Amino acid sequence: MSFDDIAAILQEQFGSTIQVKTASPAVVVSADVLVNVCQFLRDDERLFFDLLACITAIDNGPQVNTMEVIYNFTSIPFEHDLMLHVTVARNQPGMPLPAVPTISHIWRTADWHEREAYDLVGISFTNHPDLRRILMPADWDGHPLRKDYQEPQRYHGIKTK
Amino acid sequence: MTPSSPANKSGDHGIVLLRSEELLNWSRESSLWPLTFGLACCAIEMMGSMASSYDLERFGIFPRPSPRQSDIMIISGTVTYKMADRIRRLYEQMAEPRYVISMGSCSNCGGPYWQHGYHVVKGVDKIIPVDVYVPGCPPRPEALIDGFLKLQEKIRQEKPLTGTALTGENPERL
Repeated sequence: MSFDDIAAILQEQFGSTIQVKTASPAVVVSADVLVNVCQFLRDDERLFFDLLACITAIDNGPQVNTMEVIYNFTSIPFEHDLMLHVTVARNQPGMPLPAVPTISHIWRTADWHEREAYDLVGISFTNHPDLRRILMPADWDGHPLRKDYQEPQRYHGIKTK
Repeated sequence: MTPSSPANKSGDHGIVLLRSEELLNWSRESSLWPLTFGLACCAIEMMGSMASSYDLERFGIFPRPSPRQSDIMIISGTVTYKMADRIRRLYEQMAEPRYVISMGSCSNCGGPYWQHGYHVVKGVDKIIPVDVYVPGCPPRPEALIDGFLKLQEKIRQEKPLTGTALTGENPERL
């Protein structure tokens, strides 16, 4: 199934909440409909995206003031793929992290991917069963892949420069 | 009686004269037991050095499973901040005299993570004293063996009975 066919099915089901990007084909949804769209992507018999291949999180920096979470789905029997973007507003320093609902109850794979995105980029996945850091030490401050990340001077007494 | 005669090997009249410090140093340098412990790709080269082709055991270098039994710690790979606490604890669990070989660019100075590695300690000598630095990314087994030979030279110059300082501890870098 081509990208246009998949996009047409999604627009038929969800209407104008589904936007389409054509440069690098992707569908764009808002965070509040993400779970419904994902459940449909997995359960619909024409789509049957049974594999969540990857979750990528991007910080677009303080000037653009947005962050993105990008999901790559694959249907193993139908051999088609889909990229899905969710864009959220960046949080100001000291404010709660930008929130995106978890999809780990739909694909278990999302559990660790979302922990990694939380750890390195600082996106809070609501309703995640176990949202802890996965790579950095548990007592680390900040999210290292943010554009405005400042490295601490010391960690446990070790000079970082 | 020929020199190879078994009667010649009784040891009855065998005498070796040397100073007790030399004896201590000789025994220490001839049985450097490293802690079994690898951190990254350098550990693959370390394992290669210990396997049959390079056979570190011919120098008396024989990995031990516990820091209590080890004389030397080979820091073979990237030292992350998460690992740093563990390395420091393992080092502190080793009995003195204890030695450290820093193997490869990462543990020497941070290596390829020097500028943008938010997760890498910029040299293991920021957390524990290092006796010998082996350059390379990763160093070949020959380079690691050379590091051990340099460490043996260093041990030969120690004064365990008459001197004070054992290892080249340099607190300024810590």
